[in-house]
This record gives sequence, C-alpha cells and structure tokens, in this order.
Amino acid sequence: MGVVFERPKALTEEKFSYCPGCHHGIIHRLVAEVIDELGIIDNTVCVSSVGCSVVNYQFFATDAIQAAHGRAPAAATGVKRASPDSIVFTYQGDGDLAAMGTAEIIHAAARNENITVVFVNNAIYGMTGGQMAPTTLKGQKTTTSPYGRDSKREGNPIRVCELLNSLDGPAYLERVSVHDPKHVIRAKKAIKKAFQLQVKGGGFSLVEVLSACPTNWHLSPLAAIEWVKQELMAYYPLGVFREAGEVDGEC
Amino acid sequence: MSKVLMKGNEAIGEAAIAAGCRYFFGYPITPQSELPEYLARRFPEVGGVYLQAESEVAAINMVYGAAATGARVLTSSSSPGISLKQEGISYAAGSELPCLIVNIMRGGPGLGGIQPAQSDYFQATKGGGHGDYKVIVLAPASVQELADMVGTGFDLADKYRNPAMILGDGFLGQMMEPVDFEGIKKSEIAEKTWAVGCKKGRERNVHTSLYLDPEELEKHNIKLAQKYELIAENETMAQEYLTEDAEIVVVAYGLVARICKAAVEKARAEGIRAGVFRPITLWPFPQKVLRKATAAARGVLAVEMSMGQMVEDVRLYLEGRLPVRFYGRAGGMAPTTQAVYEEIKKISLECRGVE
Amino acid sequence: MLKQLILAGFGGQGVLSMGQILAQSGMVEGKEVTWIPSYGPEMRGGTANCAVTVSTSPINSPLVAEPDILVAMSLPSLEKFEPTVKPGGWVFVNSSLIKVEVKRKDIKVCQVPANELADELGEVRTANMVMLGAILATEQIVSTATVLEALKKVLPSSKHHLISLNAQALQAGANVVG
Repeated sequence: MGVVFERPKALTEEKFSYCPGCHHGIIHRLVAEVIDELGIIDNTVCVSSVGCSVVNYQFFATDAIQAAHGRAPAAATGVKRASPDSIVFTYQGDGDLAAMGTAEIIHAAARNENITVVFVNNAIYGMTGGQMAPTTLKGQKTTTSPYGRDSKREGNPIRVCELLNSLDGPAYLERVSVHDPKHVIRAKKAIKKAFQLQVKGGGFSLVEVLSACPTNWHLSPLAAIEWVKQELMAYYPLGVFREAGEVDGEC
Repeated sequence: MSKVLMKGNEAIGEAAIAAGCRYFFGYPITPQSELPEYLARRFPEVGGVYLQAESEVAAINMVYGAAATGARVLTSSSSPGISLKQEGISYAAGSELPCLIVNIMRGGPGLGGIQPAQSDYFQATKGGGHGDYKVIVLAPASVQELADMVGTGFDLADKYRNPAMILGDGFLGQMMEPVDFEGIKKSEIAEKTWAVGCKKGRERNVHTSLYLDPEELEKHNIKLAQKYELIAENETMAQEYLTEDAEIVVVAYGLVARICKAAVEKARAEGIRAGVFRPITLWPFPQKVLRKATAAARGVLAVEMSMGQMVEDVRLYLEGRLPVRFYGRAGGMAPTTQAVYEEIKKISLECRGVE
Repeated sequence: MLKQLILAGFGGQGVLSMGQILAQSGMVEGKEVTWIPSYGPEMRGGTANCAVTVSTSPINSPLVAEPDILVAMSLPSLEKFEPTVKPGGWVFVNSSLIKVEVKRKDIKVCQVPANELADELGEVRTANMVMLGAILATEQIVSTATVLEALKKVLPSSKHHLISLNAQALQAGANVVG
C-alpha cells in the first residue's frame, strides 16, 4: 500500500498553535505543498510577521526570520536584495499588513519587489483578542468597536488587492478563500502561481486569503464559514486583480 | 599622493566599499544625505545594492533582512530618522544580527534643527529602543577616523553579532578633510554559518527576537548581557592628550574633543596643566582608562554639544572621586575654543582656591 | 603656519568652491587642511559661507571663530563676519557689490572689484577666483601654481579648457594687490 497523504516536507512536526476552525492551518499547508512541489525548500526564506502566525517559523521547515509588526515586506526586501537566489515570502495578517505595515506593503508592491506575500484577511485582530482590524467590516462588532464599526467613527475597511491594483508595480494580485474544497484548490493554484512567478523573477505577487476566525467572531467553525461566504466575500470579492502573465500554472 | 579631500559623509560611503559592504538601505535627511547620494552613484560601479526606502522604519527593516543573509549592510540617518530606526535596531540586537548604523546628529528634540549637535548620546549608548540591549557606539573626530571606523564598526558588529553605530555630528558629516583609503586595513570577513538563504545540506537557520516563554527570554537576556560584558571588557577605545600630569581633564568626544584640545593648548600656554580625555567608544565607555587618565586631576570638565548627557556617565564612572563640571552648547551651536579655555581657567582658579 | 579663513557671500557666488579649491591646494602642498561649510536651505541668493584652515601642523578645531582672513563677497556677509576677524587680520571686500566702508580700524582691508574684473574676463562666475588671486598675492597660503594643479585634479577633463580662464582670474586678482 502506497502512502496517499502525508505532511508536506516544508512543514515541521511542530503542532499548529491555532484555534479550532481557524483557517491558518489550511493556508500553511497550501504554502508548504507549493514549496514541496516547486522543490524550493532549500532556498526558501519565510519572513514571519506579528499576529496569530507570529511563530510560523516553527511550522515552516525553511530558513526564516521574524520581522517587526508590519515590516515583513521591508525585511523580505532586504533578504531578497542581498540573496537574490532565495525564494522569499512573507506571511502577514490584516493588522500587520493593512494597518501597521501599510507603507511597507505599498512600496514593496510599487517597486515590484520580487517577493511573494501571503496575506491572511480575517477582518479582526486574532492574537491580541478580537480588536478591530483595518479590514473589519462596517457594522462588525469587535472589542474595540463594541457598537459595530461605524464609518463615521472608525473609518472604512481597506480592500488591499484593489488598493495595490492602483499601482503600476505589482505583477500579480489575487483574492481567494479557503472556506470549501473548491476554493481551497483555487487558493492553492493562486499561491503556486505566486511562488512560480517569483522563481522566474516575475516580480511582486500577493495572494489575499479570506480566512475565518471563529474564536474572535464568536461563531462556531461552521457558522464562521457561512460568515466568510455571506459577509466577507460580499465586501471582498474573490478574483484576479492583476494577472501574472506567463506562468506554468498547473496544480 | 593617496590622500583625497572628501566630505565626511562621502568618506563613510567609500570606506564602506573598502570594508566589503555592498548593501545600503536608507532615506534622505539633512545633514547626512551626501552619504546615500554617494552610494547611489558608487554602488552600481562595484556591484552593490543601493535602495532608497519609503521611510527610515522600512530602511532599518531592510537592513534586518539583508543582515540575516550574512551581508555586510549599512544604513545612515540623522537624529529624527534614527529615532524611527530604533524599532529595527532593537530587533536586530534581539536577533543578534550585525549591521552598521550611521547617525550624523543634528539638534533636537522633535524636528529640532539641521545644525550639528551631540544630543543623541543617551539614545545611542543606553539602548535606544525597547528592551535590554546595547549597541556598540564609535565616535570619530575627523574625516579620516570616520573612514577608519566604518571597517572597525563592521568588524565589531560581525565579531559580536550585534548592531554597531557610528555617532558623528553635522560638522563631521559636512566637513572636508584629506582622507587616505589605501591605509585602511582590510578585514577578513569570517563565514557566517548562521545566515539564511540557500540552506543546501545544513540545518535550517531561524532568526527571531521572540521568546514567549519567560524562562527562555530570561536565558536570552542573560546571554546577551554576558556578550555585552565581554564587549565592555575587550573593546573600549580612548585617546588621551596631555593627561599624564593634568590637574584638569577635559572629557569630550567627536569633533568637540578637537575644540577642547585647542583650548587645552591655550591653557597650557598659560601654565594651567590641562589635558583631554576622548572616549572613542561611547559604549562601551572606556571607564577604566578614564579613571587612570584622571589620576592626577583635581577637576574634570565635560564638554558636549548638548545640555549634558555624556557628563552623566563621566560622573558615574568617576564614582564621585572628583568634581565634574559641565559646559555645553546646544541646538546647533558649538563651543568655542575660547569658551572652553575660560571654563578650564575657572576650574583651575577654584582648585587653587581650595589649597 | 596656521591660517584660518571665512569665505562668505550669496549662494551661487562660488564661495564654497573657492574654499574647496584652497583646501585642495593646501593638501596638494602637503599641508593640513579642513573645509567646513554652512549648510542648510541656502541656494542661489541665500547666504553661504565656509571656514577653511590651512596649517603646517595638525589642526585641532576646524571651526573658525576668529578668522585671520575674511572674504566678503556680499554686504550681508561683511556685516555678519566683520566683527569676528582677528585683530590685525585681513578682510577682502568684493567692492563690486559692497559700497560701504569697513568699520573696524584694527584690521587690514583689501578692496577687490571681483565682479567687474571677472566680467572683463567674460565670465562673471570667475569672481571667486579673482578674489582668491588677491588673497594668495597678499598671504602666502598656497602658491597659485598649486591652485592650477588642484583645479586639474578636481575638474573633469571636459572642463580643463576652463583652467586658463581661472589662471587669468587669479592673475587679475593678484594685480589688484600689486
């Protein structure tokens, strides 16, 4: 009997520290599978960010550095410029990328820096306990928008792919979701495309992955999936915003 | 003729090339902009990477990333920009990633001014950002020394896997003096087995400053503290001028020490036995040498282009043995030779009055 | 020998480059030199100045509080720096632009119509070199031959045809002194 399913080599044996129903685990696995499939484990550098995935260097079996809050695209730029043969990816949440690190992500994209960004958008601050994120939806209750996010008071959510798509720089921008198997397959394709693009020197790629946070949304894992479909996807439409061009994209 | 007349800021750039540095990430700010401008012009000629970041914050984090690959990497700024870099410096210290940071100081606080000052002494020598850490701080006094200390800074940073800083001021950055690059000693850069990048055949390398387990973080803190003790034991540098028989020792660093030297010569000409003690490493402070240099002294005068920062260390390290007076100018004003001379004279009269 | 100079004028009058050429020349002659500029938002029309020290022994402070020689290319620079000149020192006044008398009686004054002389050479931008010619004919800081040698070093070869013009400017300044 052959082995039909096993842990990707790009994942360590460390157990994930994520909550039940959280999608980080799925997204980690997709990234790891892509690293395995592209055979780049020996020259990949993971740039970890600050948020729930802050210790993801314990999970990815690659070289890694841990970057300050929001600065992962800058740190990744440093790695890539000094070690151009490395495949460098950041893995950032919405607080890290779309609040603290807004300048860094915009300028990395504008420079068309040859790095890959996996951007996990769950519309809330997970690690610190459910505070409002830059991507928190209008009306959404969090511990720091307890009456529901009011545009007049707390401003409006930021659509990162659309924002970056206004720049000439980036090579590839796509928003995906991992709430059901069909979308998981689509998400993996996107992540693979992003890494392939970098391998070919194609420039800046960002895959935004909509993700559930049942714990801080105060929903069951299944209800959280529904919420991704009904609410998140309504405000953050899935799709390709910037086409990668010529990339061998089979999965 | 191997000497060239060069601005301090530009000399740092050329010296960085001589020291094997090929990566610079920075952001323009007066009075250090000639350095990024110089490297933007020169690095492409030597295969280096110059990148103007979107901010000082981004620049220092690019430095952090490049340092993790084992590259010799440089960034520079002036006071307000260095404040922005403190986050990244703390991370580099915590992750033990070597890099060289240049601060060509200007007056503060806040936006302050653009004229020379020495008011970032506390920030540079006491950590600067959050957490228990130290940065190796070098304080050159001439354009030649600025150039010489670039290599020294990189070597020390590599040796101890710690950020190092060159602390200059707007005068040093802007002034021109002859500088000889041929005489700069070339350093051997040891292989950095800890670097991230292509890991073929080795265990993976991970750099982080995160230790969620308090016991682990304390262990890390203790390890860092032991490293700092080692640096303090082995790497202090100082220069003494006529201190042997000096009854008054003037303590000053950087360019100000040269002003003090001129003042001391003037005092000597009038029979006042004065000398200058110049710390070259500000951290670690050459405290033992200071105590030795003031062995014959009856009074100490600290002179700075600030309202009094280094003077606190001078008092600390002299342990109350001697009266320590302070004379400072701030905001871009510099002490004159005459003013320092008059301070020396005052102390001399006081000392004699005691007799 | 220790000579400290302050060279001051409007931005665009070439006071910074005049100082650099002097420092460069001192270095070529094996002397110790420092050049230190005022810096900041001075552009054309603003005030600019630099301090130059040329010495046969190592230079302590490069800051010049009491210059041996002041070069005033414009009225505001004369007004600003006249009080700082060392008693017995020199002030070189660009008499093309400065129509007032030097007030101090304890310093020597040399009037140089630098702009007019430079104009006669067909290039008003050589006014700084005219001034330098007058200084060097008065105080032997460096030789004019060294200045021309230094110019060859600092000017790109595409600008070497300007060296003879600069030589004429230096001579025109020297002639003022006599």
